[in-house]
Amino acid sequence: MATLHINIPASWARRWLLAIVAGLLFAGLAHAQTKNTCLDCHSVLTDNLGVTEEKFNQDIHAQKGLTCASCHGGDATSDDPEVSMGKKAGFKGKISRAQIPQLCGSCHSDPAYMRKYNPSLRTDQLSQYHTSIHGKRLASGDTKVAVCVDCHSVHDIRLPSDPRSTVYPVNVASTCARCHADAERMKEYKIPTNQFAEYKTSVHHEALTVRGDLSAPNCTTCHGNHGATPPGASSVANVCSTCHVFQAQLFETSPHKAAFASAGMPGCVTCHSNHAILHPTDSLIGTNDKAVCAQCHTDGDPGFLAANKMRDQLAQLAAAIDNADQILSQAERSGMEVSQAKLDLVQARDTLTKARVSIHSVNVERVQQDIKPGLAAAAKNYEAGKEALKERNYRRFGLGLSLIAIAIMLIGLKLYLKQIESGQESQAT
Amino acid sequence: MSVFVKVHDWLDERFGWNELLAPLRKKTVPLHRLSYWYFLGGITLFLFVIQVLTGILLLLYYRPGANEAFESVQHIMTKVKFGWLIRSIHSWSANLMVFTAFAHMFSVAFLKAYRKPRELTWVSGMILLFLVLGFGFSGYLLPWNTLAFFATKVGTEITGQVPVIGRPIMIFLRGGEEVTGATLTRFFGFHVAVLPGLATMLIGLHILLVQRFGISVPPRLEAEWKTKPAALREMKFFPNFALRELMAWYVALGVLGALAAIFPWDLGVKADPFVAAPAGIKPEWYFLFMFQTLKLIPSKVWFMDGEVLGVLAFGAAGAVWLLLPFIDGGRARKWVNALAVLALTYIVGMTIYGHFAH
Amino acid sequence: MAPTDQGITQPNGPASAPVRRRRFVEALLGSGFVLSAVAFFYPVLRFLIPPAESDMGSGSVVAARVGELKPNSGKVFRFGSRPGLLVRTAGGEYRAMSATCTHLACTVQYRDDTREVWCACHNGKYDINGRNVSGPPPRPLEAFEVQVRGDEIFVRRRQES
Repeated sequence: MATLHINIPASWARRWLLAIVAGLLFAGLAHAQTKNTCLDCHSVLTDNLGVTEEKFNQDIHAQKGLTCASCHGGDATSDDPEVSMGKKAGFKGKISRAQIPQLCGSCHSDPAYMRKYNPSLRTDQLSQYHTSIHGKRLASGDTKVAVCVDCHSVHDIRLPSDPRSTVYPVNVASTCARCHADAERMKEYKIPTNQFAEYKTSVHHEALTVRGDLSAPNCTTCHGNHGATPPGASSVANVCSTCHVFQAQLFETSPHKAAFASAGMPGCVTCHSNHAILHPTDSLIGTNDKAVCAQCHTDGDPGFLAANKMRDQLAQLAAAIDNADQILSQAERSGMEVSQAKLDLVQARDTLTKARVSIHSVNVERVQQDIKPGLAAAAKNYEAGKEALKERNYRRFGLGLSLIAIAIMLIGLKLYLKQIESGQESQAT
Repeated sequence: MSVFVKVHDWLDERFGWNELLAPLRKKTVPLHRLSYWYFLGGITLFLFVIQVLTGILLLLYYRPGANEAFESVQHIMTKVKFGWLIRSIHSWSANLMVFTAFAHMFSVAFLKAYRKPRELTWVSGMILLFLVLGFGFSGYLLPWNTLAFFATKVGTEITGQVPVIGRPIMIFLRGGEEVTGATLTRFFGFHVAVLPGLATMLIGLHILLVQRFGISVPPRLEAEWKTKPAALREMKFFPNFALRELMAWYVALGVLGALAAIFPWDLGVKADPFVAAPAGIKPEWYFLFMFQTLKLIPSKVWFMDGEVLGVLAFGAAGAVWLLLPFIDGGRARKWVNALAVLALTYIVGMTIYGHFAH
Repeated sequence: MAPTDQGITQPNGPASAPVRRRRFVEALLGSGFVLSAVAFFYPVLRFLIPPAESDMGSGSVVAARVGELKPNSGKVFRFGSRPGLLVRTAGGEYRAMSATCTHLACTVQYRDDTREVWCACHNGKYDINGRNVSGPPPRPLEAFEVQVRGDEIFVRRRQES
């Protein structure tokens, strides 16, 4: 602290000054955290006994005024380890894995307590956890499964909305993968460990990480977070249908619903996969090697024929739109203004998107309902492109005529000059 | 022909111009190996007339103002009959006029036509050249597209670099601190009123001076013809040279029509001041040599800011060039020749470099 | 400035070669001049005559005419280079917004049964103020200003004050 060289004659003034400074210091400290003497030693200890002040300051609990003692028991205000970590203060020491959920739940499942901090926070995480695979296995004695701190971290727990949090939507998949992509760890449970690798190839992962669309699904969207359980084969389609409503509705009324159910095949996942959900292209439908329909349908059966027909419908519309786009671009490059037609082509593209949804009905007539207006729009815009090129040719024709007129004029002038000058010459001689 | 004669005589009785135009009948054009260069001035004048005519036509539909300018040009290009033609001719003719103006200036420099007593013809011509560049700079902004917006931003920014007077000039040009709709309104005023007024007066003066003193002949040829009057070859201005000039004008008209029809001028994207400047913003080609030079100068030269040094250097070069006739004379002539060659090579070289550089 | 006419030997005899040539040149000059003048003036005259759509709109577009839209209905119109949506609410008010869905750029529409703006591609839903309320859309639809002038409904971008 800097020394104050102020000549204050009255001693009471000096005392007042000291009091004010001391008060400010205390206020500052109190404002920062509630007193937490545990960190005095533990911030310099190493290994799993070490928690630095820097790390703990990131924790939402510390920011709300809680201390080490809030979870570990003991007395955080005392400097004497005998007191602070003593039995009398209720010191619990390291919390065993099996006890962690209960410990966290002691506050987080108490609505009256949580209301003080955030009245709108859910308080059913613990009861959900008990229904999850992790919770059930923990109850039967397996401590290798995930508990609260495995996903939420410990001593630096951030809000899920904090981009640095382990449970921020973009980070969730990596958090789950810490165990679920570890072959060694998952060996005894006999479940696959390729989910994360597959998920990383999916459109959902791309939407999250590249486009930053936080509404895109991660592991917890389909499997739940606290009540994490894989959806059963019969119910996985319900999960997909929360977002992909139309495809699900069309599937429900299609012949595939009964066929898949009787074959024990889940809807959606059978064709699109569960984790490696790639961006579907038009080649996914049809009967050649990249298409999925031939996996069940054989040559000649109605499904086979329908698959090919739908493939052709999509291809036809896509080609029509492409043709229109090409001719419009050509016209634009020649200097014609075709922005209206290009805008109308957007509507045609919309119908192609709709058609790609309506194929889930596996009904050729239904798909045709979307294809028809699209073809009409594409044809109209193709015509507009042709008109534009016609206009361009008209301009060039007009140019040609004017150039001919100018050429005649030039020839005429040249001859006239020759005439004049030969006349002037003979006048001169 | 007799109808024309009758009309001609009727008008002459009321305007009395036969007497006034008599000297013009006697005007001649010297004939020599380099006489073809004499066409350039007339072509530049023709292109200026085209600009005025197409400009007036465009004025009937163009609306200045940040929220209407782009749309009005789009309207002209797409809805107005032959609007694409008028606008494209205007844009192409502008570029051609800058080129012919420069070519005319350089040909005059090399043919030494600025010698006494024609110094003021040169000075008025140089000022006209600056006006033409001003026309180009102000007109370029009027369609209010992204390229124009940022080119104007950069161009006025560079003007602001001039020490002391630069910033006030920049604020005057921009109509404020930044390039906004106010800049557009101001540039429109310059482009359709101020510059045309000044240009018309100077063109009048320029042509008057040319008529007064006749067409200059290169010095060596002048000396030769003084000693051997018989060797002098010349052509009557009316009708011989005038008809040839007319042919050149028709060729220029054809070229303009072809350019407009085959390479119509594009609209671009409407300017949005809040979007970041697209990469590789460059000014129009006739400013490229200055722009590229400024890019190459290191940011600090001795104690001076590189860009300021560049701007001042160009200003000094312009001033020297403006006063060329007064600098040239006697022994200085050889240096002037070298300087002209250097200037031309530099401008052409830097323009090409600037075009291909990123 | 008339050319010399030494070519004519007899005033009433057949025209000789130089005269024919002269007349040919005159014909050439005349026709050339007329043709090039037409090529010049035809576009200029057509240019001067105003086109059918004479007003390109000062940043505002006529989206519809009064009476065209019944209450609780919507219409997609062209706004610049993108589609716009004009909605007449059940209460009779007009609302306008961009019709480009903020999810994957399909064109939205007004649903009179659910009274909301809806995107058919992935079931995205917006309220009549353009706010994204359900489904994939991450952002609201840009809202536009509506002005009724006479019997035309004008839509333009929101002006910053």
